[in-house]
Amino acid sequence: MASETTTVKEIPIEIKSAKKSIWLQMKKMKLLYVMLLFPAVMLFIFSYLPMYGVLIAFKNFSPGLGIWGSPWNNFEHFTRLFEDFLFIRALKNTLIISLLKIVIAFPAPIIFALLLNEIRNQKFLKVTQSISYLPHFMSWVILSAMIIEVFSPQRGIVNFIITAFDGDPINFLSSKVFFVPVLILTDIWKEIGYGAIIYLASIASVDPAQYEAAEMDGAGRFKKMIHITLPAIMPMVIILFILRLGGVLNAGFDQILNLYNPLVYEVADIIDTYVYRSGLEQFQFDYATAVGLFKNIIGIIFILGANAIIRRKSEHGIW
Amino acid sequence: MVGKKRFSIFEWLLMIGFIIFSILVLYPFWQTLVLSFSDPNQASSLGPNLWPERWIPDAYQFVFGYGDIMQAYANTIVRTLSGTFLIVAFTMLAAYPLSKRDLPYRNTITIFFLIAMFFSGGIIPDYLLVKNLGLLDTRWALILPSAVNVFYIIIMRNYFMTIDKGIEESAFMDGASYFTILTKIILPLSKPVIATIALWAAVFHWNEWFHALVYIQDDSKTVLQMIVRDMLTAMDLSQSANGAAIGGGGGGSSENLLLSNVRAATVMISIGPIVLVYPFVQKYFIKGIMIGSLKG
Repeated sequence: MASETTTVKEIPIEIKSAKKSIWLQMKKMKLLYVMLLFPAVMLFIFSYLPMYGVLIAFKNFSPGLGIWGSPWNNFEHFTRLFEDFLFIRALKNTLIISLLKIVIAFPAPIIFALLLNEIRNQKFLKVTQSISYLPHFMSWVILSAMIIEVFSPQRGIVNFIITAFDGDPINFLSSKVFFVPVLILTDIWKEIGYGAIIYLASIASVDPAQYEAAEMDGAGRFKKMIHITLPAIMPMVIILFILRLGGVLNAGFDQILNLYNPLVYEVADIIDTYVYRSGLEQFQFDYATAVGLFKNIIGIIFILGANAIIRRKSEHGIW
Repeated sequence: MVGKKRFSIFEWLLMIGFIIFSILVLYPFWQTLVLSFSDPNQASSLGPNLWPERWIPDAYQFVFGYGDIMQAYANTIVRTLSGTFLIVAFTMLAAYPLSKRDLPYRNTITIFFLIAMFFSGGIIPDYLLVKNLGLLDTRWALILPSAVNVFYIIIMRNYFMTIDKGIEESAFMDGASYFTILTKIILPLSKPVIATIALWAAVFHWNEWFHALVYIQDDSKTVLQMIVRDMLTAMDLSQSANGAAIGGGGGGSSENLLLSNVRAATVMISIGPIVLVYPFVQKYFIKGIMIGSLKG
């Protein structure tokens, strides 16, 4: 009864003067707008103003003339882009490294979560999990310092093992053959545990009755994993996979910038590191911005595409 | 019975596998610790390096006696505290109004925030902006550009939206302002999400090095991560730098130290705080991931 009377009261007012009531509402909530102003201004300065700076991708930028005053150059940087051997190489490396990471590093946390789920000793499970996501909380600078030691030809354990089997020491981080495998391996090291958290959460939401019913039917461990646990995490796997595909142009800037060196540029230089070097080390601001813009536009198309696919899929009920 | 026994063998194998896995994950950390306490002679020979021949604290003495490193340590602490405060404050200021379903133009404002999550100028326009604002080589350049994080805002907003509206409305009837409601009612009820975001922000600032690389030239304003990074590139430039004694004739005990000893010690002191608090706070990170994934 009570709710009926309030709706009857409110409707005529809203029809009469919707505009006025919005205004009144805003007046009532003015303090909330004042609060919003602080983060909104900060966001405008540090996220929106740089979008204006992207204009230099279409100009011959000279710092003296400023962003607006510099002359337009008829997409010169973009035509140069496709004749630039170093850019083509960076694009190729980005795709190779990223796709290898998707194929090899993406499934790792899924397998890790499925196997962890088979452990029934809760204490063991917790300790293993805590150890597994420790590297996630370290920066690539710190991890690189460790990786350099592990693979060092002078003292690294990997080369110690190789020489123990009468092999010759390998300088992994300067080798065009081994650099990319090291990237993938260390990427797994950093993210396998943290990536598994979300899958373990989906597994935890499975109704135990399902497992019990399967056991009644004589299903073993492996059958339960394939027929109950895996389908339970599949929606999450699909969503994360699509999102990962959307980010295919991000091959791991922090990781590569800290591990690579000129000897392996041929296989390791990705678009982001190329933008960094040509922009901030060689000071070709305008060209580097054009390269970055090219990458961002393709990246946004991929990510928005990925989001659209997820939305459509989840409507049609992979859930 | 037979079935159960087979399971337990499987489980044993699995547990052995996980123990090996854990050792592999931790080995690089342990090796760094050993290296930081090792004799340079041991450090320059191939070996598993599981234990120092003798524990010598020279590398730490060098690091703690080296003005630039200690200055960078202090800078990192100041940056983490102030940067975390800024992020948490701006996140609350945006999340609370946006959690009000009846806020006029709420969707428009939300989109204004969301766009920044998808579009960015890129590193060069960011650099030019910081330069034009006159923030290059100032400590502000390390905390202002990252002060608003849209992802955190969405997570906190979603959390606020789950709080019962009844308490808030009755406080409002009693004449409390929105600001009072936020500080006296909402925030005390939101401790878990605030803790999670504060921890994320603190880890971010503690680990962040790229802004320091690009925006800071002055050694007295740099951060610990950059000290370690400079030591990485020093080794890259020439293989000989690898074995060269650093510190020269400067201070007695540092004469025979290797760059790698000092780097390992610097790595240890820079991950120290994270590793020490890690066991106590990790549950908040996990909680955060849940909040973020289920509703975000």
